[in-house]
Amino acid sequence: MLAHAIFFYFFSILAIFSALMVITSRSTVNSVFFLILDFISVGCLFIMVGAEFLGMILLIVYVGAVAVLFLFVVMMLNVAQQKQSWFIGQKSTHIPSGLIVSVLIFLELLVVIGGWKYKENVMTSSNLVIDTNITNTHSIGSVMYTDYILYFQLSGIILLLSMVGAIILTYRKRENVKTQSYFKQISREKSSAVMLKEVDFNKGVNVDD
Amino acid sequence: MDYFYTLLNEIYKILFLIVPILVSVAMIVWLDRRVWGLVQKRRGPNVVGPFGLFQTLADALKYIFKEIIIPASANKIIFILAPIITMTLALVAWAVIPLSETLVLSNINVGILYLFAVSSLGVYGIIMGGWASNSKYPFLGAIRSAAQMVSYEVSIGIIIINVLLCVGSLNLNDIVLAQKNLWYVIPLFPMFVVFFISALAETNRPPFDLPEAEAELVAGYQTEYSGMMYAMFWLGEYANILLMCAMGSILFLGGWLPPLDIYPLNIVPAPIWMIFKILFLFFLFAIIKAIVPRYRYDQLMRLGWKVFLPFSLIYVVLTASFLLYFDKLPKGSF
Repeated sequence: MLAHAIFFYFFSILAIFSALMVITSRSTVNSVFFLILDFISVGCLFIMVGAEFLGMILLIVYVGAVAVLFLFVVMMLNVAQQKQSWFIGQKSTHIPSGLIVSVLIFLELLVVIGGWKYKENVMTSSNLVIDTNITNTHSIGSVMYTDYILYFQLSGIILLLSMVGAIILTYRKRENVKTQSYFKQISREKSSAVMLKEVDFNKGVNVDD
Repeated sequence: MDYFYTLLNEIYKILFLIVPILVSVAMIVWLDRRVWGLVQKRRGPNVVGPFGLFQTLADALKYIFKEIIIPASANKIIFILAPIITMTLALVAWAVIPLSETLVLSNINVGILYLFAVSSLGVYGIIMGGWASNSKYPFLGAIRSAAQMVSYEVSIGIIIINVLLCVGSLNLNDIVLAQKNLWYVIPLFPMFVVFFISALAETNRPPFDLPEAEAELVAGYQTEYSGMMYAMFWLGEYANILLMCAMGSILFLGGWLPPLDIYPLNIVPAPIWMIFKILFLFFLFAIIKAIVPRYRYDQLMRLGWKVFLPFSLIYVVLTASFLLYFDKLPKGSF
């Protein structure tokens, strides 16, 4: 148990420390790196609890894909210019909206944790019998695709909608862009592509006609 | 005291895994250069040691004695961390690769997810190195590489789903044992081809080596690196290639199983089959490096998103409906 405790405290302290560093570090790139460290340590905590499937999915989805794109965007920002507008320029307009969101999240957490505290089976899923013989990948699958199939599909559709929305918002049709059409290239024939011309001496030829 | 002995035992096992991998990485570099040379009618490295086998060791020695230069405007911590991360991630993934039914460091339930997770983390070494160098060519290389690796990971993930549908377990040993009668390369041959090409892109190998395209970007994300740090990138890259070959042989070529369960073949020890399959896949990697010209970047992206992704998605539907119709869905562990 000792080793278990050591690892637990190591990963949880790392998670809390890196979460603090995400919001306090001055450089945006550094805070993304701390965010990644946070994801990894939370993933390790998941694995220690025995939820290895969730831990691995957290690593694959958040660290392997989402955080890479995050980093991608943050690295493109001009750090020096941003610092100026943030610290020296006018007052930031982000603070009120940020406050509202964080207060809302805090209230939500209060409701969830408080509900759990005062009523034993506030969540219906806690009535489920846990079979220790099957791996948690199987048990998640057998619940997700039977009882909760509707919610699963709905969350998928919401993700798809947000993706379509983002593409529509940023898509603009540009003029004079040359694209390669493979079908056109392959279906070119000798008769339409090559022609033989008699060229008069000292006159040249106009190719465009 | 008990903890101490377990710890020592684990360290001993880890050393016995890592040292052979490092040695085989060195040998594989030699093989790669040798094949490349033979295709182009050159001799390749043949001076140091018998058949030039010690060429890589000599190179490594040279790298160790070279000076490590850190650019003045670089972000020092991240600059030093980047090659360490590449190398560590490339080696850490080997913990779950089974060389035989029992010869595996850690036989975990979600082995294939672990492999996939670690290989998708590999992009960080490159992106960190490119950004921390604070220079134009490395940054362009890092951005190309990030975009490329993220897009090809998607198709690799869907190919893994294809195999998992047939197996019904995420454990690597179960995946190998499920191929006892028929290697998945036969029913899932199109997926094997797609996996192989995606693996080329995932490890930044030619014809998809745009992140380090020497004609455009000098050496991509490695431009500012020198000495041992460059060597670590280089070793990590080859360890990753070996890892992809191991993954391919586990998913499609039956891992440590002999091709047929008949007399002269099944007395050959299992690790030898595994190593032979990894070498076979690596030979294909090396040949392709020698004979195929580099892709253009937009063609690379088109191939990943518009060809491989829909194709492997359709194949998931095909595999699932086939298994459902013929009632072949795996039911083992329920």
